[in-house]
Amino acid sequence: MKIEILGTGCPKCKKTKEIIEKVLKQTGVEAEVIKVEDIEKILNYGVMVTPAVAIDGEVKVAGKVPDEKDIRKWITQ
Amino acid sequence: MVDVFYPLQWIADKLTYEVFKIAPETHLAASVNFIIYDVLKIFILLAIMIFVVSYIRTYVTPEKTRKILGGRTGLQYHLLASMLGVVTPFCSCSSVPLFIGFVESGIPLGVTFSFLITSPLVNEAAVAALWATIGLKVTLIYIVSGIVLGVFGGYVIGLLKMEKYVADFVYKIKVGDQNRDQESLKIKERAAIAFDNVKEIVGKVWIYVIIGVTLGGIFHGYAPEGILAQYAGKDNLLAVPIAVVMGVPLYSNVMGMIPIVESLIEKGLPVGTALAFLMAVTALSLPEMIILKKVLKKELIGAFVLIVTVSIIFTGYLFNILL
Repeated sequence: MKIEILGTGCPKCKKTKEIIEKVLKQTGVEAEVIKVEDIEKILNYGVMVTPAVAIDGEVKVAGKVPDEKDIRKWITQ
Repeated sequence: MVDVFYPLQWIADKLTYEVFKIAPETHLAASVNFIIYDVLKIFILLAIMIFVVSYIRTYVTPEKTRKILGGRTGLQYHLLASMLGVVTPFCSCSSVPLFIGFVESGIPLGVTFSFLITSPLVNEAAVAALWATIGLKVTLIYIVSGIVLGVFGGYVIGLLKMEKYVADFVYKIKVGDQNRDQESLKIKERAAIAFDNVKEIVGKVWIYVIIGVTLGGIFHGYAPEGILAQYAGKDNLLAVPIAVVMGVPLYSNVMGMIPIVESLIEKGLPVGTALAFLMAVTALSLPEMIILKKVLKKELIGAFVLIVTVSIIFTGYLFNILL
């Protein structure tokens, strides 16, 4: 599983990474966590408001820091 | 007309005179009373305002905004862009992707700037704090000024035809299409998002509100009447430009500034000058400029800063005369 965190480096993006890593540790799910800061790549996903999270290439949320509940749902689907 | 906030004043009075037993008519009493009242009123209005605007915002997505504004030019689109800027959040980290997204989809540069100018200026937290402290009338003036500033500033930038000062790569990017289920949110989900937003924003600004109200309260209780009128009154023509020039590089949280400005107005600072100062603080911020440098060449950033600054100074003079 590849989890990409899209964001240009603001505190919300860092918070998103922390939450994702926390849930991954809690659930024991193996995943590659990548921070994408390149504007072109972010826009290619159609994302205009960061932070955003894409799992295996599919954008799951954009514009806010995701909920732990939601992250858990996405990675255990 | 019934003052719907009277219960808060009652609480402030009760705490100040009966619980803390501070003697009335003293500087300390005035300060403490001010602080309690303002803190309560600001947080209540903050929660309401953020909730309402966030709820409305669940209907306005960047994608929809692009579709509404795309491709055409004309004063009405500047107005539309500014009004959309009012309900959209503008965390500086989103300014670049948002800007590129708009320009790429064919929204004219000037219209995009109308959005860029009004969006940080008229934000629901600042509006709530202004309403709580300085009053509804001035708050409405602030909102209208923010929209007019956006329309005017964006229009002028459009006239200047500065498209070539946008970084080249912006026009080459292709923004992907995202069909996320924003359309199918139920009322409960929208309310949950709005409530989350309240928690998030209040969590971010509460400390600034407390500090600002405390400083404002001390000034309110201890500073002599009319002291601001002496130094920065309406006949001091330099006051407005100085206030604006001070505000532009100030990147302190506007939420802390507003209660302080409230006290300054009480002590004689003209409302126009105060408005100009607050607008200067919110409309332009150094972090935003640094981020925008990635997509705008310095001539365009310079034009942007100059037009907005001059317009704000003009607004300050205008309201000093009118109010």
